[in-house]
Amino acid sequence: MNNQNVIEAENLTKIFGDFTAVNAISFEVKRGEIFGFLGANGAGKTTAMKMLIGILNPTSGKANVAGFDVFSDANNIKKNIGYMSQKFALYDDLTIKENITFFGGIYGLTRARIKEKANTLIIELGLQEVSNQLVGSLPLGWKQKLAFSVSLIHDPKIVFLDEPTGGVDPITRRQFWEMIYKAANKGTTVFVTTHYMDEAEYCDRVSIMVNGKIEALNTPKKLKEQYKVKTMNDVFLKLARG
Amino acid sequence: MSISVTNISKSYKDVKALQNITFDVKPGELFGLIGPDGAGKTTLFRVLTTLLLADEGYAQVAGFDLVNNYKDIRESVGYMPGRFSLYQDLTVEENLNFFATIFGTTIKENYDLIKDIYIQIEPFKNRRAGKLSGGMKQKLALCCALIHKPKVLFLDEPTTGVDPVSRKEFWEMLKRLQQYGITILVSTPYMDEAALCDRIALIQNGKILEIDTPAAIVKHFPKTIYNVAAHNMYQLLSSLKAYEHQYSVYPFGEFVHYSDRRANFNSDDLKTYLETQNLSDIQINQTQPTIEDTFMELAK
Repeated sequence: MNNQNVIEAENLTKIFGDFTAVNAISFEVKRGEIFGFLGANGAGKTTAMKMLIGILNPTSGKANVAGFDVFSDANNIKKNIGYMSQKFALYDDLTIKENITFFGGIYGLTRARIKEKANTLIIELGLQEVSNQLVGSLPLGWKQKLAFSVSLIHDPKIVFLDEPTGGVDPITRRQFWEMIYKAANKGTTVFVTTHYMDEAEYCDRVSIMVNGKIEALNTPKKLKEQYKVKTMNDVFLKLARG
Repeated sequence: MSISVTNISKSYKDVKALQNITFDVKPGELFGLIGPDGAGKTTLFRVLTTLLLADEGYAQVAGFDLVNNYKDIRESVGYMPGRFSLYQDLTVEENLNFFATIFGTTIKENYDLIKDIYIQIEPFKNRRAGKLSGGMKQKLALCCALIHKPKVLFLDEPTTGVDPVSRKEFWEMLKRLQQYGITILVSTPYMDEAALCDRIALIQNGKILEIDTPAAIVKHFPKTIYNVAAHNMYQLLSSLKAYEHQYSVYPFGEFVHYSDRRANFNSDDLKTYLETQNLSDIQINQTQPTIEDTFMELAK
């Protein structure tokens, strides 16, 4: 594996019965890159992502994530990546501090390290006043910012974000992206899915999946040139239904 | 008026979900409630569809009083809740039949109204609703909400989590329904969908920030906005935020939307400043504000 790459996939395929959910996708993601993983509902994004994070065995093909093979070393992948989804990221009935401690513990951080992480994280997010409140009582935007920080608690090489900003208000959505830029600037690779096409423009490179295949992969600028349109939304509309 | 809401308030314990909400929706109008999660959109829908009692205020829907004539309202409106709420273990056709029967009608009687939408899911009419894809579930839910030919249609975030192509198709369906004279109240967290409504209300934290046509709302924006780009987005954002004259700095797709505090703003000054910050490929061009700019300005 090229040591600039943190994800390498080659002909990665997943077949369920007679349905090919992911059809021989090949791509690389570099260190510190913000990589947008787009596609219509049902295009195969979630299945592909599940294989990359080591929770679903591919049918065929190869993939290496954070230096580990998805077939033989899935458990090491899980230790070396962060993951955050829109639906479930934190425990609503634990406090902010308890959630941080819990996830820090899961990833094997020492008590001293967890304490230190919890303090910096709470200060960075400005949550000092509410750190002993239940996460369930937080507005969605705060929750998602906290979940993102928690997904980085073990300093993973890559963080996978599955529609992290769905339903979040426009100001907080932008603050969230500023956190993404900051993490990428420090060298963390960000692999993100979204339905907001303005967010696709924020990515260094974007892939678009259609019916299980990657139909386009390039920088937003080049994709717009290639499809002779002004926005990523138009690129998506041109591609996503084949 | 098809919907007339006056000073509606609703609290859950110490959370003020709705505060003095007042607005009217004209017959046949496509009216959008635009706001993020937690703005109060769903609570308002539940109040107006008579599923929840408001603490204060009053309202009329389809000419009926919210409290005294709630049964008439239920017969006159269609409601598509945010969460998929059809019977997962009934087939597509069984669900539709069920809703038609409940409202004392048949699929045949109002087939005209749902035809354009239903033919897209008809090939799967014997499939259980729980086994449908997201886009098909949404179309079935819309058919079920329409089958009794309602006067007013309530759609609570019908496009949330839906990809841009399906969203576009869904809005085209709404435009066609409007031609049948149905009044539509629709909520969405996607600001770009606001432009497709006749009028919109921007809502956040239980309060309406502004009500008007999308064009008028954008026109009222108090500042001039500039698209700014440079070779490095992260560095550009940090530099703009640190600029002493900045009024607002928000990433917007490939550009940053920038507005300045000074009345006599000159883009050359900004360019010079950005150059001292080691930024290159700098572009600064005036642009039109969007609904999202307005929303952020009002929500500040």
